[in-house]
Amino acid sequence: MGQVTVTLNVNGRNRKVTVEPRTLLVHALREQLGLTGTHVGCDTSQCGACTVFVNGQSVKSCTLFAVQVEGDAITTIEGVAKDGELHPVQEGFWEEHGLQCGYCTPGMIMASIDLLNTNPQPTEAEIRDGLCGNLCRCTGYQHIVNAVQYAAEKVKA
Amino acid sequence: MIPVEFDYERAESLDDAIARLAATGGEGKLLAGGHSLVPLMKLRLSEPSSLIDISRIAGLSGIREKDGKVEIGATTTHHEVQQSELLRRLCPVVPEAAGEIGDPQIRHKGTLGGSLAHADPSADMPAVVVALGAEVHIKGPGGWRAVAAEDFFQDLFTVDLGPDEIIAGVQFRPLRSAGYAKLHQRASHYAIVGVAAALDVEGGVVRSARVAVTGASTHAQRLPNVEELLAGRPANAESIAAAAAVAGDTLEDVNVDLHASEEYRRAMVKVFTRRALERAAAR
Repeated sequence: MGQVTVTLNVNGRNRKVTVEPRTLLVHALREQLGLTGTHVGCDTSQCGACTVFVNGQSVKSCTLFAVQVEGDAITTIEGVAKDGELHPVQEGFWEEHGLQCGYCTPGMIMASIDLLNTNPQPTEAEIRDGLCGNLCRCTGYQHIVNAVQYAAEKVKA
Repeated sequence: MIPVEFDYERAESLDDAIARLAATGGEGKLLAGGHSLVPLMKLRLSEPSSLIDISRIAGLSGIREKDGKVEIGATTTHHEVQQSELLRRLCPVVPEAAGEIGDPQIRHKGTLGGSLAHADPSADMPAVVVALGAEVHIKGPGGWRAVAAEDFFQDLFTVDLGPDEIIAGVQFRPLRSAGYAKLHQRASHYAIVGVAAALDVEGGVVRSARVAVTGASTHAQRLPNVEELLAGRPANAESIAAAAAVAGDTLEDVNVDLHASEEYRRAMVKVFTRRALERAAAR
């Protein structure tokens, strides 16, 4: 099979990508749409660096073919700040030093937003459980937990 | 990691999917969430000529109560199972186990039917459906058939499902007194050992028990010696401890990998059998 055209909505804009059926969503986002904030880490569905939203739910874009999300709404890290203002979770990562090298950060932020969407006031244990699909090889987990708690407090206030 | 080239088609209905599958002459695979298949394709351990996407077939997902039984459609995601109020009320072991699968991102895409068809030796849901005595409902070119879950899982990645057949869903009689306990592999969240236990308790006495283990051997299977020791005994800590003490003694071909030796897995089967039984008895 040659190339197919996939229509999707990415960060609120309708986009078309022309891909082989075997093209992974993460590669379509990075290489065709230039959205390089979504990272490829382990490439084996474990590390979560490639986390994006499909129709509002977090998924690992290294484990989905772009053809599978035809017509769906995709949100990437580039789409979470609004009108130049950081999302509360992004602000939390900034304020609480929730990153060291930064490689896992886009995926961590997407997974954290998904967690707070379903559980706006998580306990520390719930935060760690909610982020169990994301690995930080700098092992900066405590600051990441602090960042999510900052965001939860900010949204409550 | 990029899979080999394949054709991609989207099926409109169950019969359409069966016809499309037959047309591939055994070289095609069904795709729903893809969270078992896509990783294998990326490693080129699986090289199907075609993928037939069944994820948007109307009526193939969802959780329904029917004639005293619960039916879960094959393309229902683990997240939907985990969140189901109906299951939490009628059969809490199912959402409990679904919530132990992978991580939130994986649960948003992975499906029950996919997990059963793939039959990874460390997958969670096979143990749960075996312990519940569920039926797997299958459709192929010759029509419908139902297989008891314990007969469905046959060997490593091997199930009673023809290359031209599709799992449509599972059906079981719900019961509250069942539990699942699992030792996670911390990166993949597959079960190093997972045990599902279902107890039929009346007046504080276990009338019968069904206990199934995953992760320990080639495929999910019952632990008959544990079940026999529980039948007719009081549903208390002493009976549970006695039954858990023999858990896994009948197992052959115990898995050995970099996460756990045979000795450690056998020890953990006993620990997690006890925990699963305690959960079941407490419900």
